[in-house]
Amino acid sequence: MSPHLASDLAAIVGSHHLREARAERVTYAMDGLPTHRRVPALVVLPGTREELIAVVRLLAAHGVPFVPRGAGTGLSGGALADEAAVLLVLTRLNRILRIDGDNRLAVVEPGVVNAKLGAAARPAGLQYAPDPSSQSACTIGGNVAENAGGPHCLKYGVTANHILALEVLLADGSLVEIGSPGGESWGPDLVGVFVGSEGNFGIATRITVRLTPLPRAVRTLLADFNGLRIAGEAVSAIIAAGIVPAALEMMDQSCICAVEDSVYAAGYPRDAAAVLLVEIDGRNGDAVVAETEVVTELLRKSGARSVRSAASEVERERLWQGRKKAFGAMGRLSRDLVVQDAVVPRSALPQVLETISTIAKHYGLVVSNVFHAGDGNLHPNISFDATDPVLKKKVEAASAEIMQACIAAGGTITGEHGVGIDKLRYMPLIFDAESLGAMHAVRRVFDPEERVNPGKVVPVHACREWISANPGAAPRGQPRAVA
Amino acid sequence: MTILEKVSALLGEGAILEAGTDRVPRIAPGSPDAVALLLGTAHQEGWRVRIEGAGTWLQSDAPADLALTTRRLDRVPAIEPSDLTATAEAGIGLDQLRQQLADRGAWLAIDPPGLAGRTLGSVVATATAGPLRHAFGPIKDHLLGVTFVTGDGRMVQSGGRVMKNVAGYDLTRLQAGGFGAFGVIVLVHLRLRTLPRADITYVLEGAREDLTQIGEDIAAAGLTPAALELVSPALARRERWVLAVRLAGSPALVAADEAGLGAASGGGRFTPLRAEEAHAFWMRLAEGFSVRPVTFRIGGVPTASDELLDLLQHQLGDEWISASPAAGAIRWTGDTNIDRLQRLRRTLAGLEVPLTLERAPWPLRGAVGHFGAYREGVGPLVASLRRTFDPGGALVVATEGS
Repeated sequence: MSPHLASDLAAIVGSHHLREARAERVTYAMDGLPTHRRVPALVVLPGTREELIAVVRLLAAHGVPFVPRGAGTGLSGGALADEAAVLLVLTRLNRILRIDGDNRLAVVEPGVVNAKLGAAARPAGLQYAPDPSSQSACTIGGNVAENAGGPHCLKYGVTANHILALEVLLADGSLVEIGSPGGESWGPDLVGVFVGSEGNFGIATRITVRLTPLPRAVRTLLADFNGLRIAGEAVSAIIAAGIVPAALEMMDQSCICAVEDSVYAAGYPRDAAAVLLVEIDGRNGDAVVAETEVVTELLRKSGARSVRSAASEVERERLWQGRKKAFGAMGRLSRDLVVQDAVVPRSALPQVLETISTIAKHYGLVVSNVFHAGDGNLHPNISFDATDPVLKKKVEAASAEIMQACIAAGGTITGEHGVGIDKLRYMPLIFDAESLGAMHAVRRVFDPEERVNPGKVVPVHACREWISANPGAAPRGQPRAVA
Repeated sequence: MTILEKVSALLGEGAILEAGTDRVPRIAPGSPDAVALLLGTAHQEGWRVRIEGAGTWLQSDAPADLALTTRRLDRVPAIEPSDLTATAEAGIGLDQLRQQLADRGAWLAIDPPGLAGRTLGSVVATATAGPLRHAFGPIKDHLLGVTFVTGDGRMVQSGGRVMKNVAGYDLTRLQAGGFGAFGVIVLVHLRLRTLPRADITYVLEGAREDLTQIGEDIAAAGLTPAALELVSPALARRERWVLAVRLAGSPALVAADEAGLGAASGGGRFTPLRAEEAHAFWMRLAEGFSVRPVTFRIGGVPTASDELLDLLQHQLGDEWISASPAAGAIRWTGDTNIDRLQRLRRTLAGLEVPLTLERAPWPLRGAVGHFGAYREGVGPLVASLRRTFDPGGALVVATEGS
């Protein structure tokens, strides 16, 4: 890296917005996942789109790799940069440029915080629907990079369903406009390809999002069960009835107790093996009431011990706070927490939950489940002490077994957290060398030098081209060993 | 050896169908692997291949050495009603797929233009959504994953069979609406819904501007129709424009919306259609778009719908039009020429409205292209993606036109 690079970067963003000292850079060494740690060479915080463009063009001129980062709430090690790369923190690009209520859209910079966009849309009777648990901190740019989900994505769809158009800054410093305010593409759906590319294709500098009308009626139910399996079966019963709740979330006993022991206590029954949080919403109050009655009956028939309806907005918020802050509450259980993410067919939920419990017992680990049951999107969370190397190895082995169990059930390795660094090793378990090679090739269309967020998402060693050039590598279509 | 002899040796004589009127050999591989074998060979031999489904949507007239039809890829390996997912090969007709799903209580909530036997692969490759896009979104929102074969014969999987999936880049969305420029779709994983327990269609005739206002009032009243479609008189075969409202879902939801419809219609009297009438109405609408020589779609913001309808009327004539004003989506079909289409695309581009040419005779679509008027920087990316997925240029697709 050129010795002049830091001063040239400082000349663009101002020395206050460049972090050179190791003590400052170390604060960016992790994201929300405690198992990966990398210290970036430099940290730059551009304050405007123009500064960002100038920074990327300077890095292009020097051939220096860089990693875009939002609030650093990611859970896959996706926004980490090593000593060879510059970290571009985009949180100062936090302007909401336009809210167009008539056309139900907003144009924002990438550093806008998810919840702040929601708050800004509310006066127009609109919402930004994707609501990851970190929504009070995470940014829309990060949401776009990860194709973030959240509890209410069951009904409203994930980030990819809400992005209409993007201005993208490529690694070479050029700008591309993809998508249109009406959602129709100028050619192939490059917006669809960009969303979820984990920063490998460039930086979204302007994001046009779809807003949706706020529901006029909402009912929130809490149902508790004596077993995880019957709670899982209740989920299937609701889905099979043709009702799409706004959210359908499950927490197991370990998670319930962690929440109830914390400041986020929501009144979940501690003796329940599982609770389901079900929200029915809509624009028509009569329909919401009628559908809530149907769901209540289904929950009872499926074996719920009790079904409680939030009597007020305050109670509803309390029920949701317990769910949304569950990850924080689990901080009480141990020093560190690995928040896992996998998806299985909904009908496989009961069986997979039992398998996860068996794996946890085998390794003597505490695994708490809090997840989007309606989507089959599991979050088995492992509490541990990362300073204990033996324990850390057990956590890695248990995580790998959980992933393999989900894949064996017809599922996938991540539903909303992304691959990042953490799940690179699992990618060959679900994609053959040809498919990984195709993904790698698409990455090179956007970034031929592979300078943006290097080493993430696609394990290059498992791609067809790499295997062909390295005859000793795993044969085509055969997964490589998982740690 | 001739091409047919080579193909026969490769895939067997059963894969060779009768050629169409232009005498281009028509090959129907019987499996995804056979598609890969055929395209790998085409790449090596330098054959130019056009892609066909059932031959009911895009005209089968692109100049090519052979036509690859997916019509023998018509299996449905999995329908999972409890998970609301299905896996189907690309060559299955939508009518057959719908029936198989309905038998299991499941529903694929798309109603694309074209004949009932149009293939699933054709609908996905062209991303042609119909009136149900109002509530259920574009075609891509119904896809969990696809398997496709590149122009040089590589088989690539993308996505999976589960409801949420962010493992790897989303190549499924590249294929949805790629018109085959990036490969031939062979297998599709679908997101389903339960068959609606209540499903009723209401229609109202009137002046276009009045119906547009009523449509806005319906949305403002909080009704949640599955489809809210404005149809031109010629297409609806009525005296005046028609606003069609389809309510589908749980009985509770549909009953609540029916109650609100009268109040929202500003005194206009919606007429309910009997089930068979409703079926015939929507089918006629869909089929209408495969009758005339040229069909395209445009997508603007909802508030621009009126202006865009005026523009189409002014530049091309009313012809046959169907629009989802709240979704900003408009489809036009009729007869036109290269100059008028290119001029319209340029005008629309100035309004930030893309025009996607869905079907047209080869001389027109070859010149105009399915896509065009790219925004800054898009052209080189598309060209590079084309080279990535079809390095030898085997697939004959009018991507951007000449």
